[in-house]
Amino acid sequence: MTEEQPRAGGAIAALDKQPVWNRHHVLDLDDFTPSEIEAVMETTDAMMEVLGREVPRVPALRGKTVVTLFYEASTRTRVSFELAAKALGADVINIGASGSSVQKGESLYDTVRTLQAVGAQMLVMRHGSSGAPYLVARHVEMNVVNGGDGWHAHPTQGLLDIYTMRSHLGDLRGRRVVIVGDIAHSRVARSNIWGLTTLGAEVVVCAPPTLLPYGMRPNGSPLEEPLALPRVDVETDLDRAVEGADVLMALRLQLERMTSGLLPSLREYARLYQLNEERLARARPGALVMHPGPMNGGVEISPAVARSLQSAIEEQVTNGVAVRMAILYLLARGKP
Amino acid sequence: MTGRTVLTAEDIRRAVGRIAHEIVERNRGLDGVVLVGMRTRGVPLAARLAATIQEFERQAVPVGALDIGLYRDDIPAMELRPQIRPTEIPTDIHGKRVVLVDDVLYTGRSIRAALDALIDFGRPASIQLAVLVDRGHRELPIRADYVGKNIPTALNEDVQVLLEEADGRDEVVVMPVLSEVEGPVLNEGPGEGER
Amino acid sequence: MTGSLALRGGRVIDPANGLDAVVDVLIAEGRIAAVGPDAGKDATQTIDASGLVVCPGFVDIHTHLREPGFEHKETIATGTVAAARGGFTTVCAMPNTEPAADTAAAIEFVLSTAQAEGAVRVLPIGCVTKGRQGKELAELAELAAAGAVAFSDDGSPVADAHLMRRALEYASMSGPDGRSLPVIDHCEDPSLSGGVMHEGWVATRLGLPGVPAAAEEAMVARDIALAELTGARLHLAHLSTAGSVELVRRARAGGLPVTAEVTPHHLCLSHEAVLLGTGETPGGLAYDTDAKVNPPLRTPEDAAACLAGLLDGAIDCIATDHAPHAVEDKLCEFDQAAFGISGLETALALCLSLVHDGRMELPALIEKLTVGPVRALGLDRRVEALGTLSVGAPGDVTLIDPKAEWTVEPERFASKGRNTPLAGRKLRGRVMATVYGGRVSFSQEAVSARRR
Repeated sequence: MTEEQPRAGGAIAALDKQPVWNRHHVLDLDDFTPSEIEAVMETTDAMMEVLGREVPRVPALRGKTVVTLFYEASTRTRVSFELAAKALGADVINIGASGSSVQKGESLYDTVRTLQAVGAQMLVMRHGSSGAPYLVARHVEMNVVNGGDGWHAHPTQGLLDIYTMRSHLGDLRGRRVVIVGDIAHSRVARSNIWGLTTLGAEVVVCAPPTLLPYGMRPNGSPLEEPLALPRVDVETDLDRAVEGADVLMALRLQLERMTSGLLPSLREYARLYQLNEERLARARPGALVMHPGPMNGGVEISPAVARSLQSAIEEQVTNGVAVRMAILYLLARGKP
Repeated sequence: MTGRTVLTAEDIRRAVGRIAHEIVERNRGLDGVVLVGMRTRGVPLAARLAATIQEFERQAVPVGALDIGLYRDDIPAMELRPQIRPTEIPTDIHGKRVVLVDDVLYTGRSIRAALDALIDFGRPASIQLAVLVDRGHRELPIRADYVGKNIPTALNEDVQVLLEEADGRDEVVVMPVLSEVEGPVLNEGPGEGER
Repeated sequence: MTGSLALRGGRVIDPANGLDAVVDVLIAEGRIAAVGPDAGKDATQTIDASGLVVCPGFVDIHTHLREPGFEHKETIATGTVAAARGGFTTVCAMPNTEPAADTAAAIEFVLSTAQAEGAVRVLPIGCVTKGRQGKELAELAELAAAGAVAFSDDGSPVADAHLMRRALEYASMSGPDGRSLPVIDHCEDPSLSGGVMHEGWVATRLGLPGVPAAAEEAMVARDIALAELTGARLHLAHLSTAGSVELVRRARAGGLPVTAEVTPHHLCLSHEAVLLGTGETPGGLAYDTDAKVNPPLRTPEDAAACLAGLLDGAIDCIATDHAPHAVEDKLCEFDQAAFGISGLETALALCLSLVHDGRMELPALIEKLTVGPVRALGLDRRVEALGTLSVGAPGDVTLIDPKAEWTVEPERFASKGRNTPLAGRKLRGRVMATVYGGRVSFSQEAVSARRR
């Protein structure tokens, strides 16, 4: 192969248009350029091919140790990372909050320093505190992948959602993506907002004001600071929000929102904000239905819509493995 | 540009034609022959070989594309374009005679990776290797079955294969490795891949 | 104390006496003996103060010394050395220790420990309620008799409005001279609070639960209503929002006995410090736990409103809210980190940035660090002429070089608390020496050459 010789002259112009990746951690999508997202998408295509093989396993990460450190319960994200790492030939160690030193009160700092000392090269972490992976990244040499931190970010979910949307809609520029549900407490919403706006999509968030963060509430001051979350359209009326939508993404409603006084009742929430067939009919024909899971069937999404032909929910799960393979692979090749 | 042209477009056309004939000759026809181009420039070369063979044999040969990125044992410390793409093998290769096609044969490490990758798709009856240029300096016991041209090179030289499909013109040039002041320099270590 | 100490030829700024002139300050027998041209020519010891500013020792009415109970965070000994390094000669110790300073014995412990080990004067503040639980009044009169200069449950508000009313009423008879001691409230409505930083665009970006400005303002408004009801002395700690400043401004215009303070960090920093931090930040987000403080750093507009309040007299003084913490209290997840900034050693330099930016005059700043806080809490009733260079005042003097540049290196702090959002930041203006009771309690190396 000789294609990777940009110094040599002649073929440079074409090569320069190719994606560039120079990243040691994946903490959020807020600092991804369009070409970095492109690199992940292209690499994910290759990983989908690998996953389609009879024996979906390649030796790309042979000899590397990937640790998944999950302080919060998670099935799909943790399993998805584990499958991804194994498909790339890495050794995988799974650590949950229970049954480890974490339970004995060891600090996050001490835990990750220990993991590094025993030889882990890549750390995938899920933590209930926003910003926890940033603390870790500041103090370890390992590659850190954020598998979800508090309300803040879930970059691999954002990337798999984008991959799923692109595989149906192609270029996302100008596409109308409606995210409905608990925006205020959603890391999925935040990462999608960053990724989608970077790609030029038009993002609409829809929720009652009690589930919207500062800067998105009706009558509140909008986010105008240069470092603020990108501006999105805000709707409190789902029937209006879904008009002309290309993608409808429902978020999981944490049931404790009821007890903390943010919502009067599940019944009222479902009536106002459930993604149902009637609302789907108001969207653009063939609009994609998505949900990051796990679903509260009959609350934020009707079972019929979740299982409809327009639903990409299962596809999201499959794509999740490929996207995480791409991320692990790209990080392993990135700068040390 | 200080490169010297070692193959012109016409030279390349002739080399492809000759290899096409050799493939048919060596395999006594096209039964069970599958061409697999190695990304990136092995792919258009494989396509040209298939087209040439079709011309004189009036028979289509299956052509695949192989990406070895996930099989390399030499992940560079820092590579600006870590692009990998799907491998496309159009047919079951079990029991087939696979001809791997690449542009330049150098250390042999890419071919080693390609063999691993290919075998993950099945157990071919045989694997042969076709390259446009063999520039020497092998680090593994690998040799090509079909060679467009042997070009002796120094270690501090690059061989650049330009193809119409990827680069807008056909030419092979040899040029000295540029000094580091020329901007982003990729990993130079031995075993970094074919050059 | 034998002999005398003269600070010669400095620019003497004594806001209480309206003095700003190049003169000498003579200290004898631990007290200010004379201020004037050549007043120090016959002193036994002199410090050449030419080119420096000489002013009364700073007074911090809001300091957490952590002892007893949290000696790993700070002790009375280390905290008072930090105070001296910051130019402070008097600090008021907050009672949120373990046990809390809710008994006469606890007040006496602070006073006696400070007497034995302290580098500067410590004036204790007693609790408002027993154990700071917000349930029953502490024995305020006994605390006052033991030496408490004010009452506060700082760290927590007195959440129950009825109890706050009774505290104000009861405190109004508890002073040593029969006059009332102030109740200092930490204004935070707990039912509106519960967040870990200011509720604004940074919190939205970082996915952190916010504390709205209204959580403070609701409590400020309640306290002002209670001050009006009771006529008692109310002091509001660490104001942080534009709305709070406006509420206090209006209350004072109405003649209510309400005073207020603001911290250097609420004047000079904003919630962006949490986002950006200092040093290397992978991913570009700092989640800087050293900028986590209660009340939270707010918007630049809030900071500007606090400064305006300080300048127009709505706010009486600057107080550090020095809140030292151990490394592990801050080397953790943001929402789990302790609130607080170690502020004594950076207070002056941070505030001087306002002077350098032309937003405040130097004499005004010095007033807000000296006589301003003394008058806010009425400390001059306890220590005569505190915060001034009047003849007979305590021999507490601070020498500053307003132009000296230095870099904040927390590892060189005298405080055990290295928790500052200013680490690595270059600041202009430095305390060169601190004289407490006529003795040099701290001096920069450069000053030794000036001593004779």
